[in-house]
Amino acid sequence: MAQHRRRDVLKSGGVAAAAVMVPFAGTEQAAAAPDAPQAAQPRAVADLTLSVNGTRHRLPGVEARVTLLDALREQAGLTGTKKGCDRGECGACTVLVDGRRVKSCLTLAVMQEGRSITTIEGLARNEELHPVQEAFVRRDALQCGICTPGQIMSAVACIEEGHTGSEDEIREWMSGNLCRCSCYPNIVDAVADAAKVMRR
Amino acid sequence: MRDFAYARASRATEAVQQVARSADAAFVAGGTDLLNLMKDGAEDHDLVVDINHLPLTGIEESEGRLRIGALARMADVALHPVVRRRLPVLSQALLAGASPQVRHMASIGGNLLQRTRCWYFRGEGFACNKREPGTGCAALEGRSRWHAVLGGSDHCIAVHPSDLAVALRALDATVHTLGPRGARTIAMAEFHREPGHTPHLENALRHGELITAVEVPLPAPGARQRYLKLRDRATFEFAVVSVAVVLRMSGRTVEEARLAFGGIATRPWRSPEVETALEGRPLTERNIAAAGRLLVQDAQPREDNEFKIELAQRALQDVLGRYTGGSR
Repeated sequence: MAQHRRRDVLKSGGVAAAAVMVPFAGTEQAAAAPDAPQAAQPRAVADLTLSVNGTRHRLPGVEARVTLLDALREQAGLTGTKKGCDRGECGACTVLVDGRRVKSCLTLAVMQEGRSITTIEGLARNEELHPVQEAFVRRDALQCGICTPGQIMSAVACIEEGHTGSEDEIREWMSGNLCRCSCYPNIVDAVADAAKVMRR
Repeated sequence: MRDFAYARASRATEAVQQVARSADAAFVAGGTDLLNLMKDGAEDHDLVVDINHLPLTGIEESEGRLRIGALARMADVALHPVVRRRLPVLSQALLAGASPQVRHMASIGGNLLQRTRCWYFRGEGFACNKREPGTGCAALEGRSRWHAVLGGSDHCIAVHPSDLAVALRALDATVHTLGPRGARTIAMAEFHREPGHTPHLENALRHGELITAVEVPLPAPGARQRYLKLRDRATFEFAVVSVAVVLRMSGRTVEEARLAFGGIATRPWRSPEVETALEGRPLTERNIAAAGRLLVQDAQPREDNEFKIELAQRALQDVLGRYTGGSR
């Protein structure tokens, strides 16, 4: 136990050496008291590495209570992902984790170490927009724009999942993303257009 | 959210010990309800133990039963080929719940442990015996559209919000757990509790006890199954009334009827009287109506939720009415 630094233990996950659980705590605390009892630390923090859009982001001193959404925006500086309700209801914070769409306000950043995260900043290839981004522009599928990154991330996954067979199906499978400007008709059209392009 | 410490568990027994040791510790799987509860101050934990790396995601069929690991995600269970083919009521209930994003995150075990959407429980500054035992219940004299007409008490009328739990109740599923004192199984019928004098105690789990799997006996291949969910908007909303049905017919006669209801009761609701009234008789509109009256005979409605008395009976008529033509 004592020879492992906390970061190593956290990273190694299910490996036998990590069979004993280690409370999440700062590297400095770990170095100071490697054999500390496994009691809860009142201000548990740690250095995290998150893999976002193919880049490893080292985020020092992240509190355990920080959501993935807040870590992306405040620590990694990726503000494309929006904070709407912060309760999993609006979908503005939608990102992909290991290719699956999730609400980044409903998970802790520390829970996502070792996963591959894709945000709106990771869709375009240099100057070339992703087909879903292109379709949203062409169909004018936004007004104020705050829900748009979440809509686009959700649409990318919705198309990958194969839920774009009809307008009703798109509406059902995009229902986790709200638009207060009510651009739904244009959003549905954009998703349908992008689905055709991506299926070519 | 208030500060807390985090630990990632690599073995189930360690996760159980870790949580059992501290009165203020909790497991986290999907996090989709726990994080909201902590943000809203409805729960407060010093330690959160991450169980996502435990090997509890498998879905396996053997000897006429399907064993679903507690960490299997709602989306994966809903789309699993055996679930789609043999347990359509389960698949339909899962796909009627939450949003596509949340269904990727939320686990089967966590879904059963989600807490009520009663706005007095979720909000701050209201009397709530779940949130703060002994403070009273603001819903009794308050806005009660989402509240129970069955199974309530003078201390709480909050509805259990899970669609999954309603389907599992109709399917006679069992919950497998691991606790500080070892493994055990709990029938769905015993899992969720009525509020009585202790609305803060919502289920049969002891502190530190972890759900490891849910086991579902597969109904006979010819059994009719359906989940009907009625809500205030087309999708992404909790039920005001829902019905899960598992029905075995012989010709026009009902051999076995298993009916569970959501949205109307403090826990996933089954009524032996309703099922007995249907079994051994032809499935007719008249017999369904008689069963419906039995369902609501002890209901205690309030001004805002009185509509559920009629709506629950119509939902039963709707969900069973399509089978009145008899078996194929």
